[in-house]
Amino acid sequence: MSVQQQMGARVVTVTSGKGGVGKTTLTANLGAALAMRGKRVVVVDADVGLRNLDVMLGLENRIVYDLVDVIEERCRLRQATVRHKHLSKLFLLPAAQTRDKTAVQVEDMLHICEELAEQYDVILIDSPAGIEWGFRYALAPATEVLIVTNPEVPAARDADRVIGLIEAEGKGPARLVINRIKPTLVERGQMLSIADVVELLAIELIGVVPEDQDILIAANRGQPLAMSRDSSKAAHAFHNIARRMLGEDVPFQPLRDPGMLERFLRFVSPGANTTSRRS
Amino acid sequence: MMRFLERLFGRPEPSSGEVAKERLRLVLTQDRAGISPALLDTLKDEIIMVISRHVDVDVDGVKVIVTESNRESSLVADIPLADRRRQHQTQDAGSA
Repeated sequence: MSVQQQMGARVVTVTSGKGGVGKTTLTANLGAALAMRGKRVVVVDADVGLRNLDVMLGLENRIVYDLVDVIEERCRLRQATVRHKHLSKLFLLPAAQTRDKTAVQVEDMLHICEELAEQYDVILIDSPAGIEWGFRYALAPATEVLIVTNPEVPAARDADRVIGLIEAEGKGPARLVINRIKPTLVERGQMLSIADVVELLAIELIGVVPEDQDILIAANRGQPLAMSRDSSKAAHAFHNIARRMLGEDVPFQPLRDPGMLERFLRFVSPGANTTSRRS
Repeated sequence: MMRFLERLFGRPEPSSGEVAKERLRLVLTQDRAGISPALLDTLKDEIIMVISRHVDVDVDGVKVIVTESNRESSLVADIPLADRRRQHQTQDAGSA
């Protein structure tokens, strides 16, 4: 129907409702993982006024023009997109830092994505937090949506609101990424589990990313963790999401193998995980 | 280990994960239906008023909740009728 679909490019908007759940981290790592798999990828920072994707990718010193410069015709789209230092198939279209979101209209995003679709296989849009204007223009060109949430009540609640809005707009399919899960807390019953969140939000799960300090360390260096050679659990999780996006059937792995003690305790008290409440 | 000890000595409280799940379920149901707890209370009071005009209702037993399955919400009212033979007792026990 739209130009990007004719061209075969996928326009994937990454959104969450709540801020701080890991949208930008996911966008950067997914962009890297897809580029490492041979796709030509452009990541678009749609968070005008609060630019961050450049820093996550270690490209903050290379930016000359931005999204708003393109919209206001101070430069051509090609001049504003920055190639990644190490991944030759990964590009960034940065947000403007000194403007606000009213500088972008829905039509602007549609035009830009149509033009990008001629040169890229995947367009990943990092949506601003919230459900206001920035979310609206970030969602408008999407052919699919990734919703990021944390296994916490406020984040999951906001994700649900966003799922409702996406369904109302007829956008989709929307798929869920649960970020920052802490397997030991889940095992102790002190955190919402993956099954809880998926059951209540009732949408398809595409990935689970465990809490991992390596994400912070990689971000400090401006290099997405997905690019690292050591296989941390989180890096693995990002690559699994990329593979599922590309249609591979990647089974969900258990987050942690049960140790000897746990196996023994399960053997001794097999009902330990029931949710019955004793009064 | 904690879990084992908890089982041994009885666990009075549900885990925080279970509490979180129930709280999330409740807010999602209310958000999706666009019905706040205050509105539920109003609905409950007015339903009691209307029904009471025709039959005796066990006021304290009335429950009005929003439930849902597959993202479709429904309003469910459970309205026990007052047992005429035990009406006095019911009213006495009303605040319990």
